[in-house]
Amino acid sequence: MPKRLCTTVAAALLLVAGLAACGDDSDSAAQPKTLTYWASNQGSSLDADKQILQPELDKFERQTGIKVTVEVVPWSDLLNRLLAAATSGQGPDVVNIGNTWSASLQATGAFIPFDDATLATVGGKDRFVPAALASAGAAGQPPTAVPIYSLAYALYYNKQMFTAAGITSPPTTWEDLVAAGKKLTNGGKWGLAIEGANISENAHHAFTFSQQYGGEWFDPAGKPTFDTPQNVSAIKRYIDLMAVDKIANPSNAEYAQNQSVSDFANGKVGMLLWQAAGASLKAQSMAADAYGVAPVPFLQSPPAGGKRVNSMVAGINMAVFKHTKNRDAALQFVKFITSDEEQVILNKTYGSLPSVKTVSGDAAFQAPEQQALQQVLGSTAAPLPQVAQESQFETLVGTAMKELFADAASGKPITEAMVKQKLSDAQQQVRG
Amino acid sequence: MATTTAASPQLGSQGPPGSSPVRSRRVRGARRSRLPYILLLPALVLELGVHVIPMVVGVWMSLLELTQFHIRDWSTAPFVGLENYRSTLDVDTVTGRELLHSFWVTVAYTTASVGLSWLLGASAAVFLQRPFRGRAFLRTLFLTPYALPVYAAVITWSFMYQRDTGLINHVLVDQLGVVDHRPFWLIGGNSFVAVLVVSVWRSWPFAFLCLMAGLQNVPEDLYEAAYLDGAGFWRRLQYVTLPGLRPVNQVLLLVLFLWTFNDFNTPYLLFGGSAPHQADLISIHIYESSFITWDFGVGSAMSVALLLFLLVVTAGYLVLFRRRRIDA
Repeated sequence: MPKRLCTTVAAALLLVAGLAACGDDSDSAAQPKTLTYWASNQGSSLDADKQILQPELDKFERQTGIKVTVEVVPWSDLLNRLLAAATSGQGPDVVNIGNTWSASLQATGAFIPFDDATLATVGGKDRFVPAALASAGAAGQPPTAVPIYSLAYALYYNKQMFTAAGITSPPTTWEDLVAAGKKLTNGGKWGLAIEGANISENAHHAFTFSQQYGGEWFDPAGKPTFDTPQNVSAIKRYIDLMAVDKIANPSNAEYAQNQSVSDFANGKVGMLLWQAAGASLKAQSMAADAYGVAPVPFLQSPPAGGKRVNSMVAGINMAVFKHTKNRDAALQFVKFITSDEEQVILNKTYGSLPSVKTVSGDAAFQAPEQQALQQVLGSTAAPLPQVAQESQFETLVGTAMKELFADAASGKPITEAMVKQKLSDAQQQVRG
Repeated sequence: MATTTAASPQLGSQGPPGSSPVRSRRVRGARRSRLPYILLLPALVLELGVHVIPMVVGVWMSLLELTQFHIRDWSTAPFVGLENYRSTLDVDTVTGRELLHSFWVTVAYTTASVGLSWLLGASAAVFLQRPFRGRAFLRTLFLTPYALPVYAAVITWSFMYQRDTGLINHVLVDQLGVVDHRPFWLIGGNSFVAVLVVSVWRSWPFAFLCLMAGLQNVPEDLYEAAYLDGAGFWRRLQYVTLPGLRPVNQVLLLVLFLWTFNDFNTPYLLFGGSAPHQADLISIHIYESSFITWDFGVGSAMSVALLLFLLVVTAGYLVLFRRRRIDA
């Protein structure tokens, strides 16, 4: 009988050992001098990103002896993976995050705060473009990330279509943009491309228009203020580009997969509001000299309180998990990625802008597109509300706008009352 | 586990094996009865790990105010009891009203999708019951949607549904001229029809497969007897085929109902993450109104409420079926 007992115990032990082996994947973090890095998808594919990053990581290993294992995580998974890592306290040491998540992720307390002393170890606060650093966490608290790639919105216009329509310079006000759009709209071609069913795009435009009308989406206490008259006017102004001015194809109301960029590249539409579209346009065979890049327009006569803001600060930040067993090595890696040399190499490859001031004059960023974006980023861009409910704002307001575009596309008149109703409903669903 | 191992030396100490036939049989019986439990153990552990524990955790989450401020350390999340349920199920609030709207949309969607899938599957299965040239080919063809990866299939549908460049409008407007203006499919009222069509397209092959298998079990002589009695096609369908399919239908309808009610992939992929109001199915509604807004407590409360509803429906359905079977 002892033999039986042995077999039973052995079976049980094997089973338990097997299960234990399943759960044990954090060993790599325990070994010194090895970092795990989750990169976001910035290039044309996950594989392309790996190819771009690997030589830089090798360089870092040669310089410091610290090995970095990179995994490029698709955008559709990144937030879930970050949350899982934050919840379990296991996972990578260093991660990329979309900068609109900064305040929400900051609230989790899972990342090390970059107070002045910590910032000093990666080169100091003054190295960074102020607007970019302001998008790395709530005001009045140390940021929990540092910016690495920066982006801004700009107005892209088709030079040849502009010439054909007799438009001599890019519009600088919304009134000019509407006039230009009307000239461009005929014979199956349209003035402006809108990504109407993409809720993030919608929310970004909601932010810019609201700033220009003197509105805010959250008050200083962090309470939502969605249905203020300023915000109603702002949203209505944007929807009216399709509903009243009719310079956007009603089909744009269902666009959510960057079809507006394709339409612009294919010459179906004369203007596009986008962040760093150059790389995508190139991929769709539109030559760089076929389009011009100008700042996003302002209101001709801004109402009282209207701000001179024409873009959100878009971009990618880098954060370090508190659970890292290699804090110093992780910070060394952050310093490496935000160094002058790497900022030029990576941002040049990705078509984004450096987040440090020292290299903005580099030859890599002197193309018309980069200059226009840099000008916006340096002067008239503002960070999205840095509050923990920011993602609720994007989802709720972006969805409300998607529905308004759907109404506009089906010919329903868009009234202020309708917009206010949608925004009030959205506001009542904000929690926290 | 512990009891079986503890029992063995005791049994073993009672004497050498084979000394008494009765005892030996009893001992061997005990030994044999231990083995199944050992073999079941991995399944039991996995079932606990994969099913039961996450479910219990989900219920626990629904009682907490679990937002981004607390996910790192759940013990800091305030216990709010049924507050999450109250705030989501109260139809006087916008949140509750939207959830209720979403619920009714999902009920209509599920009813229509399961009904149509069953009807198509049953028709095709009956049609292919008798051998004829090309039957194997048609069987394979009908099963294609079931074999395609869902992601690729639904993305293709979303391209077909596009207003300006989609295949559907090209056929309807340009080729057939059924309608003059190009309708939207992915936004507005038609979006319900759009997602329903994709759902039926995806799930009817499964109904077809099950019903086809079920038809193999209907005895041929019943058909012959009915035929001799002068029963036509419809009579045979009504009195032989459908009663013969009853056991299959019982499971099939339930499974289709649960799958369709909970279906997340189809609307998520078709509408790019945010469903239009008219097609705001509950799985995507819960995802949108809680998980991507970092409020996991509320998301869990909605999910648990959904689970309870599905449990009640399932239990009711099974009781009904059992009673009917007993009556029969």
